[in-house]
Amino acid sequence: MGNSEGEYSVIGRPLIKVDAMAKVTGETKFADDLSLPRMLHAKILRSPHPHARILSVDTGPAESLPGVHAVLTGRALPITFGILPVSQDEEALAIERVRYVGDPVAAVAALDEETAEAACRLIRVEYEVLPAVMDLDEALRREDVRIHDYGPRGNIHKEVALTFGDVEEGFAEADYVREDAFFYEGSTHLPMEQHAALAACGADGKLCLWSATQTPHYVHRALAKVLELPASHIRVIAMPNGGAFGGKSDPFSHEIVVCKLSMLTGRPVKICLTREEVFYAHRGRHPVQMWFRTGVTRDGRITAMHFRSYLDGGAYGSYGVASLYYTGALQTVTYQVPRYKFEGVRVFTNKPPCGPKRGHGTPQPRCALEVHLDKIAEHLGLDPYEMRRRHLVPPDSVTVNQLRIGTVGLGECLDRVVERSGWKAKHGKLPFGRGIGLAGSAYISGAGLPIYWNALPHSGVQIKIDRGGGVAVFCGSTDIGQGSDSVLAYVAAEELGIEPEDIRVVTADTDLTPVDLGSYSSRVTLMTGNATIEAGRKLKALLFQVAAEKLGVPADRLRAAHRRIFDRDNPAAGMPFVEAAVLAEARFGTLGAVGSYTPPKGLGKYKGAGVGPTPTYSYSAAAVELTVDPETGFIAVDKVWLAHDVGKAINPILVIGQIEGSVYMALGEALMEEQVFRKGVHKIPSMLEYKSPTFLETPEMESILVETLDPAGPYGAKEVGQGVHLPVVPAVLNAISDAVGVRIDEVPASPEKIAKALENKRRGRAPEAPGNGRLPSVVFPEPVVVQPVGG
Amino acid sequence: MSSTEYAVGKREVHKELIRLRVNGETREVYIPAHKTLLEVLREDLNLTGTKHGCELGECGTCTVLVDGEPVLSCLALPIELQDRDILTVEGLAERGLAHPLQVAFAELGAAQCGYCTPGILVAAKSLLDGNPRPTRDEIKEGLAGNLCRCTGYVKILEAVELAARRMTRQ
Amino acid sequence: MMRLPAFRYVAPKSLAEAARMMADAGPDGMFVSGGTDLYPNMKRLQFDPRILVGLRHLPELQGVSGDPRLGMRIGSATPLHQISLHPAIRARYPALAMAAGSVATPQIRRMGTIGGNLCVDTRCNYYNQSYEWRRAIGFCMKRDGDICLVAPGSPRCVAVSSSDTAPVMMALGATVILAGPDGERSLPAAALYHDDGIAYLAKRPEEILTAILLPPGNGLRSTYWKLRRRGSFDFPILGVAASLCLAGDGTCTDARIVLGAVATHPVEAREAAERLLGRRLTPELIEEAAMAAYGPAKPLDNTDLTLAYRKRMTRVFVSRALRELAGFP
Ligand SMILES: Cc1cc2nc3c(=O)[nH]c(=O)nc-3n(C[C@H](O)[C@H](O)[C@H](O)COP(=O)(O)OP(=O)(O)OC[C@H]3O[C@@H](n4cnc5c(N)ncnc54)[C@H](O)[C@@H]3O)c2cc1C
Ligand code: SF4
Ligand code: FES
Ligand code: FES
Repeated sequence: MGNSEGEYSVIGRPLIKVDAMAKVTGETKFADDLSLPRMLHAKILRSPHPHARILSVDTGPAESLPGVHAVLTGRALPITFGILPVSQDEEALAIERVRYVGDPVAAVAALDEETAEAACRLIRVEYEVLPAVMDLDEALRREDVRIHDYGPRGNIHKEVALTFGDVEEGFAEADYVREDAFFYEGSTHLPMEQHAALAACGADGKLCLWSATQTPHYVHRALAKVLELPASHIRVIAMPNGGAFGGKSDPFSHEIVVCKLSMLTGRPVKICLTREEVFYAHRGRHPVQMWFRTGVTRDGRITAMHFRSYLDGGAYGSYGVASLYYTGALQTVTYQVPRYKFEGVRVFTNKPPCGPKRGHGTPQPRCALEVHLDKIAEHLGLDPYEMRRRHLVPPDSVTVNQLRIGTVGLGECLDRVVERSGWKAKHGKLPFGRGIGLAGSAYISGAGLPIYWNALPHSGVQIKIDRGGGVAVFCGSTDIGQGSDSVLAYVAAEELGIEPEDIRVVTADTDLTPVDLGSYSSRVTLMTGNATIEAGRKLKALLFQVAAEKLGVPADRLRAAHRRIFDRDNPAAGMPFVEAAVLAEARFGTLGAVGSYTPPKGLGKYKGAGVGPTPTYSYSAAAVELTVDPETGFIAVDKVWLAHDVGKAINPILVIGQIEGSVYMALGEALMEEQVFRKGVHKIPSMLEYKSPTFLETPEMESILVETLDPAGPYGAKEVGQGVHLPVVPAVLNAISDAVGVRIDEVPASPEKIAKALENKRRGRAPEAPGNGRLPSVVFPEPVVVQPVGG
Repeated sequence: MSSTEYAVGKREVHKELIRLRVNGETREVYIPAHKTLLEVLREDLNLTGTKHGCELGECGTCTVLVDGEPVLSCLALPIELQDRDILTVEGLAERGLAHPLQVAFAELGAAQCGYCTPGILVAAKSLLDGNPRPTRDEIKEGLAGNLCRCTGYVKILEAVELAARRMTRQ
Repeated sequence: MMRLPAFRYVAPKSLAEAARMMADAGPDGMFVSGGTDLYPNMKRLQFDPRILVGLRHLPELQGVSGDPRLGMRIGSATPLHQISLHPAIRARYPALAMAAGSVATPQIRRMGTIGGNLCVDTRCNYYNQSYEWRRAIGFCMKRDGDICLVAPGSPRCVAVSSSDTAPVMMALGATVILAGPDGERSLPAAALYHDDGIAYLAKRPEEILTAILLPPGNGLRSTYWKLRRRGSFDFPILGVAASLCLAGDGTCTDARIVLGAVATHPVEAREAAERLLGRRLTPELIEEAAMAAYGPAKPLDNTDLTLAYRKRMTRVFVSRALRELAGFP
């Protein structure tokens, strides 16, 4: 959908965000900033046991505490829910069983938060404690302790085995076959804003929920299901999110609970989770054990690849099935992989559920793959850059696992970071303690399939023009800080030839705005952008028709820009946008138009083929230079260069903002962040002990934008919010090896691990195996054999 | 059960009339001593511009200025702050004219989700008031008590530098 | 929102009144200065005093006075920020300025006081947790329970002394002044601490720490090295405070090395210091002393990073601190 004129008046400009002034003045209202007359406050009582049966719940003493208006238990909300139709395994409040410390059990609405909390402490719950399984190995070993009674067996939530082409043949062809194991620890999103929600059930029985959510549409569906209300009687408004990163994209217990409490009390009810509770809400990065076996020719061409992943999913399904498939899907879209086998398993454990965090399921395998390739290059005596560069996937091709590739800017990304970082003069040449590492990656620009099966558009936009020249854009998308409201304004302004500040954007309100599936899977710019273009062009056609008549110029010679509609060949002949709007309304009646977007269907027909396809892949490359203190193992990251194929930068400020934020988050994961448990309980559920980098850990960053103008994207644009996270973590690990000659095949690469590895090396001891030392023993099912397309 | 089995009902709550000067306005609130400045700003004075991320002193989101110095409102008691000058993000702009820091943050995209922004803006104001042309390292040190999860901090550093340049030029 | 449990706040006008108010309050009362340690702990219900006696504004407790040649006095309510910037302290007692300037965050250094820092509660990641968390894992003896979760066989609590300035005060040979209803007494800083994670202070509950006296700073070299994950926010998981006097020919005439965050109290590495006495500092001698400092460090698994690592780092940090003082690269 590129613009043939090749010249834009809004797109590509470094504009300020439409909500920027509201955000810097404190005017923006987040969910917890709302309050309504007669509002009550809610608190949730949570399980103190990782795994237990609920024998009885006595709410009597809590109910009689003055100020308490309602006490809710699971019996009042018996219908299960979950983000994926295949794992509807969550209860708003546990009925018979609790599955992790922090699992919601009961809830109170009271006049103030302190009373609600005090009442929670008066609820008496009798538990029968069950054995808990706290890690992958235990989950696999203790088939007798089943956390859920669905899934193929034991605590296996989902298993998959797929083979594309004959990998054995490929390994036989290889000059070198290498196996490596990796462990990537779990981490959490840690948005600065704690989840909050306010529900108000009106006198008419209609319900409204204001929530810090990335996916109001899915919350809407879950509420209708669990509360047994017609969807048409529920309105969900997603408030601006104070950071989300995937952590606010499930329907949550607390959202359902405040709705129910409001229905019971007839008063508005608000909840704001504490920071500790946010650690329990989680849905963050899965801890994953991984294993790669790759065959290559002498020059580093891959002949076959076999990958296994073992995901520790926590207590519920969440997005887990998709996460599992994502660990195996995108290995093939960067460097050519002619034969590929993927086996994976996700297990349940008695911990807060894992789900999608920036990069959803792909940072772990990408990290492992890029380190694995680095080792291969080292073994073959090849420059890791040259080796990657030589075997890129070609544009407009189809991978062995049937993913359709569009434009590919990976080569240019690698070239640019190599050139800007001075890679050639540094790699292998810096003094001991300093090193540079490189990695490439790819990500989807929106998933090809929605979360639940339907044939409807993924994104809808409605634009209205009023006779004063005001333009309003309505869209279900949710601004989580990435600037999606601004992108709607930029695109609409571009199409109608006005300025973004002339536009009012109304988003994320299920009563007012057409559905957009939500701010996840990096889908928003591409999908809402295309939908906005469609709606904008419909309106532009009407404006051009009346303007052409008035100006006596053929409509196809008209152009709209800078609040005017004018003759491209004679720009002096034109009229203001407002005048055209008035003429058009006089002619056609009230001006409004809709646009929608549905991504193209994927090619694959095999089970699991729904995960991986996208309208277009974004590509990134990172170079990281760092200094290791060999005595303490502490790392100072000196500089990160990150090049990203964004297709087309709709606003370079927003693109660079996403790059810098991703680099930051990736460095946190690479070096320090971990969601870990001890004795059945989250070890460090606080902002002090869950280590996230501060201003003082910020390295220099250089962002490089590569534009490949992909025909699938609006003006050629691809995603940027998640893909840029991916190459940073492996580039750090590769840089550590370059700096001090030890491989840390584990994330985070914390100081103690580095110090230990160096010590082992000094003493001539074997390096420690990643994770707990060995791969879990899982007998994978017979793989589904998928023939390459056309082959 | 433990000795701490604690319930509100068990303890008498004394309220006091407290006079606070917030953003140049004198406001009176009738509150118990244990209500923190954060809670009073947000719940009694409806100044929800000040945000919170932990309420335990561990994130800096709730920062406000007291007599020009950055203070964590989640650990400050109004009872100790009578007759002091309290400044929140709502008081940064004067007569509707945004502070140069606010303008620079907006222009450079230093506020993504904007949740950490109020605390960082006031901390940065305090920094620039005391040190009008800080080096990048001094800015990092000055803001080291504020976490941000969106921006990677780079744009914030650039925005403080831009505002400092603009403020010292006049 | 984490909120404070209800209490009454009283603001004495003088030291004497403060002592009286505390005597009246009895076990229900606690002192508070900056509150940056106490309030988070109260929100987690590690403490729930009914009466707080505020010390922050008492005139007797304010400010830094004296002359480094004769010794200095620091009022206990002086904010850490002020101490870290004080010119004479920076020049003559740099370890103190460094330690005060490394505490927590800029905000907390403005709110938190030196008195509060010296009295800061011992820490343990089984204990600095919310009430609900502690209930889930089972309460420990420091609050509400009767066993130790870190060392289940231990008859006493082994929570970690986590003050940055405490080891420095010991290394500098400072004296603390305590004022109680019956008058004042002074103690060497080292005597302020007990080897017990619960009763970690030798101070009686009704006693106020009023001031710290620093001995003359002439010829004293001192430094502080702090191990922690991040450059800000984090408590020390190892602190090394060292002070030396070197004669004109480089012979060490006095040495003190004190380790923070390795036990329930700051631990003096006497043997290490003794190795230096009467000898000229060389890199080899420093290594020898650092090896000797490794012994007294007995970290346990109740803070960030593993105990083996933290123990190993004592040698590295002691060596680095001494090299810095000796002027070696
Ligand atoms: C996020 C965070 C990070 C932190 N990081 C660090 C760190 O890196 N290093 C560090 O050392 N500390 C750290 N702290 C702890 C604390 O902030 C500091 O130790 C601070 O100096 C405590 O001083 P205060 O005046 O606020 O103490 P308060 O909280 O007022 O008091 C602490 C204790 O001392 C008692 N007390 C206070 N003053 C007196 C007095 N004059 N006489 C008798 N008893 C008294 C109180 O009753 C209380 O038990 C951190 C705290 C937080 C929240
Ligand atoms: S050391 Fe033991 S007794 Fe002390 S706080 Fe920690 S767990 Fe509790
Ligand atoms: S809310 Fe986190 S420091 Fe106050
Ligand atoms: S802008 Fe989102 S936390 Fe800073």
